[in-house]
Amino acid sequence: MNIVEAQSPGRDAALLPRPFLKWFGEKGWSPRAHQLELLARSTAGENMLLIAPTGAGKTLAGFLPSLTDLTRRGKIPPGSAFTGIHTLYISPLKALTVDIERNLMKPVTEMGLAVTIENRTGDTPQAKRQRQKLNPPDILLTTPEQVALLLANKEAERFFKDLKYVVLDELHSLVTSKRGHLLSLGLARIRRHAPDVRTIGLSATVSDPMDLQRWLVPQGEEPAPPAGLVHVTGGAAPNITIMNTEDRIPWSGHVSTYAIPEVYEEIKRHQTTLIFVNTRFQAELLFQTLWTINDDNLPIALHHGSLDAGQRRKVEAAMAANKLRAVVATSTLDMGIDWGDVDLVVHVGAPKGASRLAQRIGRSNHRMDEPSKAILVPANRFEVMECQAALDANYLGAQDTPPVGEGALDVLAQHVLGMACAEPFDPVELYDEITSASPYADLSWEMFERIVDFVATGGYALRSYERYAKIRKMADGRWRVSNPQIAQQYRMNLGTIVEAAELNVRLVKRNAKGTIGRGGMSLGKVEEYFLEQLVQGDTFLFAGKVLRFEGIRENECLVSNAHSLDPKIPAYAGGKFPLTTYLADQVRAMLADPDRRTALPDQVRDWLAIQLERSMLPKQDELLIETFPRGKRFFMIAYCFEGRLAHQTLGMLLTRRLERAGARPLGFVATDYSLAVWGLNDIGAMIDAGRLSLSDLFDEDMLGDDLEAWLDESYMLKRTFRNCAVISGLIERRHPGKEKTGRQVTVSTDLIYDVLRSHEPDHVLLEATRRDAASGLLDLSRLGDMLARIRGHITHRDLDRVSPLAVPIMLEIGKESVPGEAHDAVLAEAAEELIAEALS
Amino acid sequence: MSSARLEDVELMHRLGLAARSTLMTGAATGAEEIVVHGTVAVCDPMGGLYLPETQMLIVSDLHLEKGAAFARRGMMLPPYDTIATLNILSAIIDRYDPKVVVSLGDNFHDRKGSEHLSTELRLMIMAMARGRDWIWINGNHDPDGTVDLPGTCTDELLYGGLVFRHEPSLISGKGEIAGHLHPSATVRRREKSVRRACFASDGNRLVMPAFGVLAGGLDLRHQAMHGLFNRETLVAHLLGRDRIYSVRYGSLIG
Repeated sequence: MNIVEAQSPGRDAALLPRPFLKWFGEKGWSPRAHQLELLARSTAGENMLLIAPTGAGKTLAGFLPSLTDLTRRGKIPPGSAFTGIHTLYISPLKALTVDIERNLMKPVTEMGLAVTIENRTGDTPQAKRQRQKLNPPDILLTTPEQVALLLANKEAERFFKDLKYVVLDELHSLVTSKRGHLLSLGLARIRRHAPDVRTIGLSATVSDPMDLQRWLVPQGEEPAPPAGLVHVTGGAAPNITIMNTEDRIPWSGHVSTYAIPEVYEEIKRHQTTLIFVNTRFQAELLFQTLWTINDDNLPIALHHGSLDAGQRRKVEAAMAANKLRAVVATSTLDMGIDWGDVDLVVHVGAPKGASRLAQRIGRSNHRMDEPSKAILVPANRFEVMECQAALDANYLGAQDTPPVGEGALDVLAQHVLGMACAEPFDPVELYDEITSASPYADLSWEMFERIVDFVATGGYALRSYERYAKIRKMADGRWRVSNPQIAQQYRMNLGTIVEAAELNVRLVKRNAKGTIGRGGMSLGKVEEYFLEQLVQGDTFLFAGKVLRFEGIRENECLVSNAHSLDPKIPAYAGGKFPLTTYLADQVRAMLADPDRRTALPDQVRDWLAIQLERSMLPKQDELLIETFPRGKRFFMIAYCFEGRLAHQTLGMLLTRRLERAGARPLGFVATDYSLAVWGLNDIGAMIDAGRLSLSDLFDEDMLGDDLEAWLDESYMLKRTFRNCAVISGLIERRHPGKEKTGRQVTVSTDLIYDVLRSHEPDHVLLEATRRDAASGLLDLSRLGDMLARIRGHITHRDLDRVSPLAVPIMLEIGKESVPGEAHDAVLAEAAEELIAEALS
Repeated sequence: MSSARLEDVELMHRLGLAARSTLMTGAATGAEEIVVHGTVAVCDPMGGLYLPETQMLIVSDLHLEKGAAFARRGMMLPPYDTIATLNILSAIIDRYDPKVVVSLGDNFHDRKGSEHLSTELRLMIMAMARGRDWIWINGNHDPDGTVDLPGTCTDELLYGGLVFRHEPSLISGKGEIAGHLHPSATVRRREKSVRRACFASDGNRLVMPAFGVLAGGLDLRHQAMHGLFNRETLVAHLLGRDRIYSVRYGSLIG
């Protein structure tokens, strides 16, 4: 039901109390139709979902039902009985709660409403949090983690019993993550304390609104009717173009350096430009290159998640004050904060998803009625097609946000412990409550019991920890926490965001003797795994500088200025999104359809034309396999277009199979578009001679035994396991700064994983890890879908040399090392050196 | 030093060892014979040191019941680490049939470990100790010695011209066999690096690798190792799958 923006003054009077009408009148505004509809339906008792583009007055719409209700209620007379909070506002970002408090206080003050509004985040002082529990505000603005903390408290019922509204901001981004799972469980508990509470979800456009409409209401055996939907469309169509370049568009790579002079010209032409990139590495490189040509000394800043928080806040403040001409940013700037007068968004690299592009473009021109302006800068030729597909999707309004997905088991374990901390729980009641949360609607009783057992004693078949149980069953069948320390431990470890182990980067000076001084500026944080591959003297790019790695001292990584422009270690990739299924489909369609290719730049069209001559272009559902020799190797390229993660998994499995088939594979490399495998034997000849069957090679059964066998040996799951171990409470979080006191106990999750795998492979935490990996790191469902789709549609071309379409991935070989297991061979070679030395 | 680094080492192959160890009786393969302060010593890839002249087997940092130690503090780590470590220990004892076994300290992960050890695991240790001398050197994790287990507990042992203690002495390392530091080392070839636990010796003293499967390791280049060895002659004897790989200190990466 799409509501077109229209004035409807007739309804205002009935819905809006006098101060509101007066306020709108004084401002010369009138409430928008969607604001009134949401108000009317929500006041009448419906749970609601509002989908609207930025600039549509979403925040005010979300709070109107609550503000009008509070106005009618009036101020609570002193001496009244304890009154809990009236409205709970939950946002994914701390910064957003602060922002909203400011934006909301303005109209509330101007209208003279007797409404108290406060925020509560991890940064709120302990005294204020304590006071909030004793004397709650009417409206509390907070984050999912704080909600979980409040619910795990003995006073939870008292605090939440008067709750009328829960407003959930940026719901589209919350629900797909583990934070969303935790929040859904919290919401289920809130409903028990306040059965009549109404939910109001605020969201950007999503592919399947019904997912969110169900998420907002209780599920279970008798699910409530899905939340009502108000969908605001419209707004001016954005003005998006693909950067037209005189230069050659590169064959491969991700950095778009070729276009930087043109990007710089655009910055000069506009007031404020927001430049989005996909990875921190791209952000670093682009920022650095922009400054080398910044002859006008324009204020250009850098903003990404690894930078020091203080530095980020400075950039944000300068941005809000319109002091900057451009900011180079990663996804840290994706969400709903107001960024002053941005009049251009440049997206460097392909956006990887149509909805992501729409949301990023929404950052420019926060007024709905003016068109946003955006320029896409593809980094290579495949990305040109991807950008074109994303651009088409934007005009069609196509969406490719991910589905809500099944609730994670590690989050469930955390929640179960939290509920025991609040008060003893009855397992049947808690199970019913949990399955009323939509991500957990299909949770089986058996799995629930396993999770409870896991929380209590680790859930091991060898039951040796009964005497150390964290929660215990009482005589009446309810479960309680064993001691107050467990509750304390829960509070310390709550949350679903597990920071990769990170070290602070500190810039120090090397003096003439080569020794390293103390002190120096803190530049931000880098992940420990990245540093592990560095040797003193290695140079890398970080915080816009080329740095020389000096070593690790205590918990800090010491670096000095490298005085060079060419970092030795190129890859500091962080957060690379894989191509969405929708865009992949579109790129395949574009390759298959000559008409759709006409929109592409000449260079790209020519490239595809030569490909058609030398080899072929696959049809939309066809999998093209090319084989050719090069150097002393034989290559096989599979053009799957399923995103890097799925290709990486496929590569691991294919090399196993090729090994068995006698092709002697040596390695592989995966991009978003294709997969290259190389080996010592002529794979093409083997296929032609019938010694290797492609349909067998790509058979879906690879996801059975081969996958299991690979996982047995692979180290890839260890990172996923680490997150699960922390979230589920198996091991404690590392709290920065506390390691040195010795109280903080750390243990390598890699070792725990190995012990568990070899002794209890069916353990529930390994199950949780496999589920996570299947949807995340390994992208198994996508790989499975592809294998099913291409069955009977594989076409092989045996070529005498590399094809044009293969060039991009061939250029990636050597840049990216293949993740694989380290072997004793490396040790043997190192030992040989010693022997050679001894014999010489 | 971040305490996590101390634990961060790939030891999957040790668990593989635990699984295979029952099959590995018989002659030592891939072991490396070295000399420490005039005494011949055999570094075994299972992580133990055998002294043929005195028929002694030395293991260090078993950290038994580490899982249980964590469980006592509310972290329910898998309870299988002790059995895995003891399986390897049993296999190496079968291989050398030593007259004396010395466990060089941090035998248990905490003070309560040996007291709360299950009967089944206790019997396993008793079976291993039968017919030989067993010496528990006290470590910093278990300074009070063991409870109800065969053998003698002591802080230090002098025997056959060597001195056995848990923590390496800072004064003199001559003829010292110590543990405590869990040395590991990393080698890199063609962008691939491998980190393994190792025996570290400069011919004067030797520091043992940690034997326990959950014990982890600390890089030989770490500052905690500074001053213990003559780096000119220091060699890391890395524990490979079936053999020892000896790499000179200068060829290691950090």
